[in-house]
Amino acid sequence: MLEMFKRAPQGPLDYSRRLWLRLFAAAIFVLLYLPIFTLVIFSFNDSKRNVVWRGFTTKYYEKAWNNDSLIEAFVNSITIAVASTIVSTILGAMIAILLWRFRFPFKAAYEGFMALPIVIPEICMGVAMLAFFSRVTGYPTGWMWPFNLSAITAAHIAFTFPFVAIVIRARMAGFNRELEEASKDLGANEWQTFWNVIFPYMRPGVVAGALLAFTLSLDDFVITFFTSGPDTLTFPVKVYSMVRFSVTPEVNAASTILVIITVVLTLIAMRLQAPDKTEVA
Amino acid sequence: MIPGTAWLVLFFLAPLAIIWAISFGENTSLVKTEITGTLDNYWRALSDVVYLKIIWKSLWISLLSTALCLAIAYPISFLISFAKDKWKPLLLMIVILPFWINLLIRTYALIAVFRTRGFANFGLEWIYNTLQLDHLFGAFEPLPLLYNNFAVIAGLVYVFMPFMVLPLYASIERLDKSYLEASLDLGASQSRTFWSVTVPLTMPGIVSGLILVFIPMLGSFLTPDLLGGTNAQMIGNVIERQFKAANDWPFGAALSFLLMYVTFGALAIRSVLSGRKSGMEV
Repeated sequence: MLEMFKRAPQGPLDYSRRLWLRLFAAAIFVLLYLPIFTLVIFSFNDSKRNVVWRGFTTKYYEKAWNNDSLIEAFVNSITIAVASTIVSTILGAMIAILLWRFRFPFKAAYEGFMALPIVIPEICMGVAMLAFFSRVTGYPTGWMWPFNLSAITAAHIAFTFPFVAIVIRARMAGFNRELEEASKDLGANEWQTFWNVIFPYMRPGVVAGALLAFTLSLDDFVITFFTSGPDTLTFPVKVYSMVRFSVTPEVNAASTILVIITVVLTLIAMRLQAPDKTEVA
Repeated sequence: MIPGTAWLVLFFLAPLAIIWAISFGENTSLVKTEITGTLDNYWRALSDVVYLKIIWKSLWISLLSTALCLAIAYPISFLISFAKDKWKPLLLMIVILPFWINLLIRTYALIAVFRTRGFANFGLEWIYNTLQLDHLFGAFEPLPLLYNNFAVIAGLVYVFMPFMVLPLYASIERLDKSYLEASLDLGASQSRTFWSVTVPLTMPGIVSGLILVFIPMLGSFLTPDLLGGTNAQMIGNVIERQFKAANDWPFGAALSFLLMYVTFGALAIRSVLSGRKSGMEV
């Protein structure tokens, strides 16, 4: 961004070159990242108290790596996120197309119903899942891995796929219907029109929706906190219990690993979404 | 249509219906809850000053934090949307990346910033000593930044701000920039153009962002739990206690449904204000 200082006078719409706007954004960016950077740096701190810098060490990573329940929780989280993303992307895309393409009785009410999992507070859904899976339905808990994660996965799908539907639906709102008519005029059938005209337009929405679903699932603490049992801990739930117990560099080390994984995954996903934009990396 | 609907009915509507039923019940033993049709749980939540105060506090903290999120996210979305095309992906990534990082980790990271011997206080102390204020007013006293309302509001804004950028950016990006040119050409000032053209045209994004951010804030449990301490609890913490430590499910269920009704009320107000139907076209 060095060239910001050496160019022609600003036009009235060159908002991105207003200095105050740039300074504001830069300040916010710094504030957004500073806590995370310090968290990462202090995971290498050779001090139990974790307040001042006492020298470089990687021993807390070894400690986290040898913490079996932490690793188990981590594998659980990834498994749940992958499974729920696949299902919720498919369900979400179907609902989005339905709502975009068709008219039917009580459509507004149906849309409202679909938006409910997004609208209601997470904690309400969390306690509802707790009541549903633990006491009322007598959902089996003794299943072997990974089937013991099915309750959490089902809950995750229920709150992620409406998000996917919204993202894809929002994308489709900008679709020029004339393209579809042109395609049909030129002799394409419904199926060809969908895959050659509609889907290419929809694809960024599908990718964005899937990424959103994956993060929502991996990120989720509240709903999982109520749904998980002693042998179905997820990473956030495990880290939460560690934070409650004591604030040690081991928590920082475990967090850093998850931060690196999500950042790398995000970068890959963004590359996939925009293959011609090489400067993303 | 069928798979999605069925999923929601089974894994969303049915659990909620159970909670709704439990909210009219009472505990008969340690693990049994009988649904007796009583309204005592709602009465207790709405007549006990302790709970009324917590409900009120949850509301104003969420409203203030949502407003702060909008105030921060709008200029940033605006800047990104008007940036050169080659910078857009990078800028968008910078602002959205923290949103991909786990909520718990981000909240935990703030503890190290706000605590008495945290980075915020170290920074303030450094400024204080650099300005030689310690000669005037005595040694620096660390500010109590953690375990109070300030920490909860700062935490909520920190955690949810990137979430606000997404819908705002999408709607500003969709905005036809020639309307702005037309407005400026016709003699409107920059601020008039902003308030009369840009804001109304991006209102769907603003409304959608406000809703996306306000509701999770109102029901937030983790941020007040970790940053708020005992004196800055929100409604979510009370609900959690009823379902875990206090084991009073009927009362917790009633509180959950009160929270839902407030949420629905907020949605109704919004749909009246923006004159559009509720649903997916937020």
